[in-house]
Amino acid sequence: MTTTVSDSVGSVGSVGIVSPQTARFEEPLTLACGRELAPYELVYETYGELNAARSNAVLICHALSGHHHAAGYHSDQDRKPGWWDEYIGPGKPIDTARFFVVSLNNLGGCHGSTGPTSINPGTGKPWGPDFPPLRARDWVHSQARLADRLGIDAWAAVIGGSLGGMQAMRWALEYPERVKHCVVIASAMKLSAQNIAFNEIARHAIQSDPDFAGGRYLEHNSLPAQGLGLARMVGHITYLSDDAMAAKFGRDLRSGTLERGGEDDVEFQVQSYLRYQGSQFSGSFDANTYILMTRALDYFDLAREYGDDPVAAFRHAQCRFLVISFSTDWRFSPVRSREIVDALIAAGRPVTYAEIEANEGHDAFLMPIPRYRDLFAAYMQRVGSD
Amino acid sequence: MRLDLTRIQPWIAPGSRVLDLGCGGGEFLQRLQHERQVRGMGLEIDPDNITAAVARGLDVVEQNMDEGLGNFPDQSFDTVVMAHALQAVHYPDRVLDEMLRIGREGIVTFPNFGHWRCRLYLGTRGRMPVSKFMPYTWYDTPNIHFCTVQDFEALCRDKGIRILDREMVGNTERKPLLAGAWPNLFAVTAIYRLSR
Repeated sequence: MTTTVSDSVGSVGSVGIVSPQTARFEEPLTLACGRELAPYELVYETYGELNAARSNAVLICHALSGHHHAAGYHSDQDRKPGWWDEYIGPGKPIDTARFFVVSLNNLGGCHGSTGPTSINPGTGKPWGPDFPPLRARDWVHSQARLADRLGIDAWAAVIGGSLGGMQAMRWALEYPERVKHCVVIASAMKLSAQNIAFNEIARHAIQSDPDFAGGRYLEHNSLPAQGLGLARMVGHITYLSDDAMAAKFGRDLRSGTLERGGEDDVEFQVQSYLRYQGSQFSGSFDANTYILMTRALDYFDLAREYGDDPVAAFRHAQCRFLVISFSTDWRFSPVRSREIVDALIAAGRPVTYAEIEANEGHDAFLMPIPRYRDLFAAYMQRVGSD
Repeated sequence: MRLDLTRIQPWIAPGSRVLDLGCGGGEFLQRLQHERQVRGMGLEIDPDNITAAVARGLDVVEQNMDEGLGNFPDQSFDTVVMAHALQAVHYPDRVLDEMLRIGREGIVTFPNFGHWRCRLYLGTRGRMPVSKFMPYTWYDTPNIHFCTVQDFEALCRDKGIRILDREMVGNTERKPLLAGAWPNLFAVTAIYRLSR
C-alpha cells in the first residue's frame, strides 16, 4: 500500500524517490451537477507508514494547478521535488516519520486522475469540454472513497492551501466524524468578486485562443498555448505581492537600453519571467482542467446550503482548526481568513489562527518561511499526539 | 509561575471555558488545562508567544484586543482572564466591558501604580518610576494606562461592575499583611474577580 521510498535522492528531510499509484473506482460517483461518473481513476502518492491503529493519516488537498506529487522525487534526474516538499518529509512540519501522508491529483485534473484529457467511454474520444463540471464537494467525496480504499476511517488532519483549504473545510462539514484536525492555509469561505473577475480573465484568455477549438483541441491536434499561457501570466501576478515582484525583478532590464539615442526594444526582467512562466505552464497543464478548476473555485461557497450562515455551517464540524494567512496575500487576504476564524469562534469550535508576516503574497503558503514553518510544525506535533 | 496567576487558579471552576486575553506563551492556560481541565483559548499578538502556546497544545488566536473583541459572542465563556495587560491596552474601560459581555466572570490583574515605592520614586526624584516590575522608560513602554487600586475600584463603581473577590500580592510569597490592610500603598499587584 505504501509508496516505495528510497534514500538515493534528496538531502536530509526528503522522502526520497516516490512513485505514484492509481486507484480505479467502478462504482459511479454522483456529482453535484447531478451527473454520474464511472469508472474513474485517482492517481496518488503516499509518504510515511500507516500505523497499526490507522490513526496517523493526513490528507493533502491541492490548489488550482497542483497535483499528487507533493514531496520527494520521481527519479534521480528530477531537478525539482514535489510542490510542497518544504513542508512534507522527515523532520518537516508534516513529518513523514510520524504521519502517513496521502496526496492525490483531484478528479478533473490533468496529471493522471480522470479528467478532460481522459477518454470518455461513451464516445471513445477525450472528454474535453464535455467533462462534467465539478465542485469542491465532488473532490471531497472522491477523496473519501480513496480513504475507504486505503483503510482510513478518519484523517488525523486534512490540510490544504488556497483551493485546497476550501476542500479541507468542506471535509470538516461533509464528514465531521472522519476529520480530527482541519488545516486551512491562505484560503476563504468564498471568493470575492475581484477574485472571480481574475478567474474570468483567465478563462476568457483560454477560450479566445483560436486553437482552443471550443475545448476540442485534442481532437484537432492543437493546444491553446497562447491563451493558457496568458491565463497563467495573469494568475501569477495575483499570486505575488507588489513587494515580492519589486524585490525579485525591480525595473531590471533583460535586454535593450533606456538610454537616449537607442531604439532597441527593451525587455524588463519581469516580462521575460512572465513569458517563461506562461509557456512552461501551457506545455504542462490542460486548458479544460484550468477552466474546470477555476469554476470550482468561483462556485465554492462554504455556507450556501447552511442558510448562508458560516456559523451554522461550522456547527456541523467536530474537528479542531488551524487557520493561517499571509500579510501580503491579496488574492486570499487575511481578512478572508479572519472571517473563517470569527465564524469558528462564534460556532464554538476550537481554532488557532496566525497571520504570518511574509512578502511573498499568496505564494507564501508554498515558501520556506521560519515563523510559518515553526507554527505549522508545533500544531502538527499536537495533531500527532491527540 | 507568577504569583498573580497562582492566586487566580482557585477562582476557575473545573471544566469551565476560559478565554485568556494576552495569553503569552500559554503557561497559565496550560496549567489550567492540566489541573482544572478547562477548555481554554488564548488571544495573543506576539508571534513567538503564539508558536510557544501552540507548542503547548493550546488554541491561540492572533488578535489585537485594541481592535475590538466583537467577534466573540455574548456569554460564550465562563471566565475571561486578562493578566498584566490592562495597563497596556488603549481603552481599558471598554476592554472590561467586553470581558464581562463575553464571560460570565472576568479576572483582571495589574501592577498597582499607587505602591509606596512608586510614590517615593516620583516624590523624591520627580521622575517616572523605573523598577524591576516596571522596567520601561516613559516614552518607550507598552504600559500606557497605569492605575492604582483606588483608581480601578472607582472605575468599577462608575461602570456598575461588581467586585466578587480581590487579592493583593505584596513583595513576597508570604501572606501580604500590609498589602491586605492598605492595598493602595502596599500591593505590588492587584487581582480582581468581577461580574456584572
